[in-house]
Amino acid sequence: MQVWTFKGGVHPPTKKLGKDSPIKKFELPQRVFLFLGQNLGKPPKPIIEVGQEVKTGQMIAQADGFVSVPLHSPVTGKVLEIVKKKHPVTSRPADVIVIERSDEDVWEKLEPVKPYDQFTKEEIVKRALEAGLVGMGGATFPTHVKLSPTKKVDTLIINGAECEPYLTIDDRMMQEYPEEIVKGALAFSKALEVDNIYIGIEENKPKAIKSIKEVASKYNIHVAKLRTKYPQGSEKHLIYAITHRKVPAGGLPMDVGVVVQNVSTARAMYRALEYGEPLIERGVSVTGEGVEKPQNLIVRIGTPISKLLEFAGLKEEAYRLILGGPMMGIAIDDAEIGIMKGTSGVTVLTSDIVKKGTEMNCIKCGRCVNACPMNLEPYLLYKLFKKKKFNDMAEHHLMDCIECGSCAYVCPANIDHVKAFKTSKTVVRALGRR
Amino acid sequence: MRFTLGPAPHIHDKITTRKIMMDVLIALAPAGILAVLMWGWYMLLIEVGSMVLAEALEFIVMRYMRKKKNFIPDGSAAVTGLLLAMNVPAGISWWMMAIGVFIAIVIGKEIYGGIGNNPFNPALVGRIFMYISFPAAMTTWPKVNWFHFTQSAFSIQTTATPLGVIKMHGMAKASSVFPHLMQNAFFGNLPGSAGEMSALALIAGFLYLWWKGIVSFEIPVAYIGTTFGLSAIYWFVNPGAYPDPTTAILIGGVMLGALFMATDPVTSPITSKGKWIFGVGCGVITVLIRYIGAYPEGVNFAILLMNALVPFIDQISRPKVFGEVKKNG
Repeated sequence: MQVWTFKGGVHPPTKKLGKDSPIKKFELPQRVFLFLGQNLGKPPKPIIEVGQEVKTGQMIAQADGFVSVPLHSPVTGKVLEIVKKKHPVTSRPADVIVIERSDEDVWEKLEPVKPYDQFTKEEIVKRALEAGLVGMGGATFPTHVKLSPTKKVDTLIINGAECEPYLTIDDRMMQEYPEEIVKGALAFSKALEVDNIYIGIEENKPKAIKSIKEVASKYNIHVAKLRTKYPQGSEKHLIYAITHRKVPAGGLPMDVGVVVQNVSTARAMYRALEYGEPLIERGVSVTGEGVEKPQNLIVRIGTPISKLLEFAGLKEEAYRLILGGPMMGIAIDDAEIGIMKGTSGVTVLTSDIVKKGTEMNCIKCGRCVNACPMNLEPYLLYKLFKKKKFNDMAEHHLMDCIECGSCAYVCPANIDHVKAFKTSKTVVRALGRR
Repeated sequence: MRFTLGPAPHIHDKITTRKIMMDVLIALAPAGILAVLMWGWYMLLIEVGSMVLAEALEFIVMRYMRKKKNFIPDGSAAVTGLLLAMNVPAGISWWMMAIGVFIAIVIGKEIYGGIGNNPFNPALVGRIFMYISFPAAMTTWPKVNWFHFTQSAFSIQTTATPLGVIKMHGMAKASSVFPHLMQNAFFGNLPGSAGEMSALALIAGFLYLWWKGIVSFEIPVAYIGTTFGLSAIYWFVNPGAYPDPTTAILIGGVMLGALFMATDPVTSPITSKGKWIFGVGCGVITVLIRYIGAYPEGVNFAILLMNALVPFIDQISRPKVFGEVKKNG
């Protein structure tokens, strides 16, 4: 079987600690903490009041505009309060709906419920919106928008690369729910009217490849084996590896006729169709050297991270708590926030593993240039950043940076390129370029 | 809460500037040790002394003159010191060596702002300064006298180098003065700068660095390849005057220069394409100086001249961005 890949990238230790830990359903939490803003684009508008009783699956906030999705209550209970908490993505205070769970779990499902293959193209897109589906790999882009491309699309790629070190949930999902993932992919392909379907999986997940292949072969879906290399799961690099098409700089996958969806999103799509379930639960890896027993769990959205850490056994030496994986994940210091739609993992690292140390002068070794999957020159961009030459940075393709962190991972001078580039991007956007 | 915050990525491949410099020192060790075996304890003093002095000077400049309180030595000054020591004749006076190290570190590196900001290879700046200031001492070459650790480098009989003889009298004469020139140059049994003697030791050191992923092969291959090719043309036209191409790349400073001086990341281009251009340029200038210029050897000047062109080479060898669209008009 051919192995596909791209140029550049890095090989961090994969450390898939929890790869042999089967998925468990996590107990329903006593309280859930729901950030209103869980999707890229506009956060939904709340339609409930404090004190109101809600059912599991009931819409509690409605989509605000096209690039927005509704939010549903993950438990049956009472809305306790709406508080402000620091949002991990924006680091600004944001609204959090707190719901106190009652004893029962009464569902309010999406109507109509019928076999997934009886939905029409329009109904699938509508259901994706109603169910509040977003890209569950971490980008949280509303799924119904991706299913409504404005250009001709001929290929659908389901992203099962899971190139972030430590994370294992997609791997387990593909092993344990291959049927649901494949059927979700079929629903996507129907909505997009494409026959060319690939599921891309890194070669370090042979069991996932095997189980997906068994199901996929029945439906004429191709399984593409990908080289284990970071960031293989980056949308642009996944597309390049499988189709050899290059998404133009500043463009979208649909510019080359491709739509990419994550495996977990595909499963959520299937469940939204077949069972009428809105997106109120997801798979999460709780992993890292900082926990006793790395886990793969299906949890309700809004479950406090502290509860998951308790379950996996937080070690004394735990030093850094990360939403996501160690390459692109966000460090948080408050474990009392809820799991979000885009949280594919919680990684806890110990001090000896975490990157630290003082920044030194760049020695122009070129390791960052070799590592950059976008063929940028991180050393040069950083030099310009130091001189606050943001326009020059834009000239040197700052906006094409995918923030994968490969440059900072290999930098011998301990430079935090990504942090600098994220700041610079904000400045460049404010300056009105692009 | 006890969790720390920090930007992504949260992990690192643990390769630091200091580790790279340590590996460079390890890679230089075989050739450096050979020099001690050839000329005795004095060479050990010169090599170690240069490294210590270089680190001390950098430390003083950074801590007390530039007031960088958190400055931690990274070992790059020691690399400069050792390279400089390997680039001078074995019998050099200790005070000339000290001046050379001072120039290399302070003028060649620190005045630009320390590591990473210097346009020229500091060791070569020091070498050229010594070459111009102490022309006699810098061209007095003691004969190799193997395995006499206690010998004094000053009492050893001096001699000419193969390149000097080739320059003055042509290749035919050099062959009779230095029998088995090619083999001796490969294993290291000829007079010349202390560390450039053995191509074998230098190549072994380079392969170690390459295996560790610290250097890439482009510059040495381009440099040595170009020197080989151009020398072949000269040799083909007049084999009595010029050495055969294999000998040409083994004698003199080409190996040390191409493998360890031209590859200094700070003063060489970033991209693979840039490195090829740089290496070819070094090779062309080296051969032109050797066979047309006034000096017997051209490695130092070749690399320094190409160092000056690095910003320009970087400019014309930018990588093509993934998915870059050609701009119209």
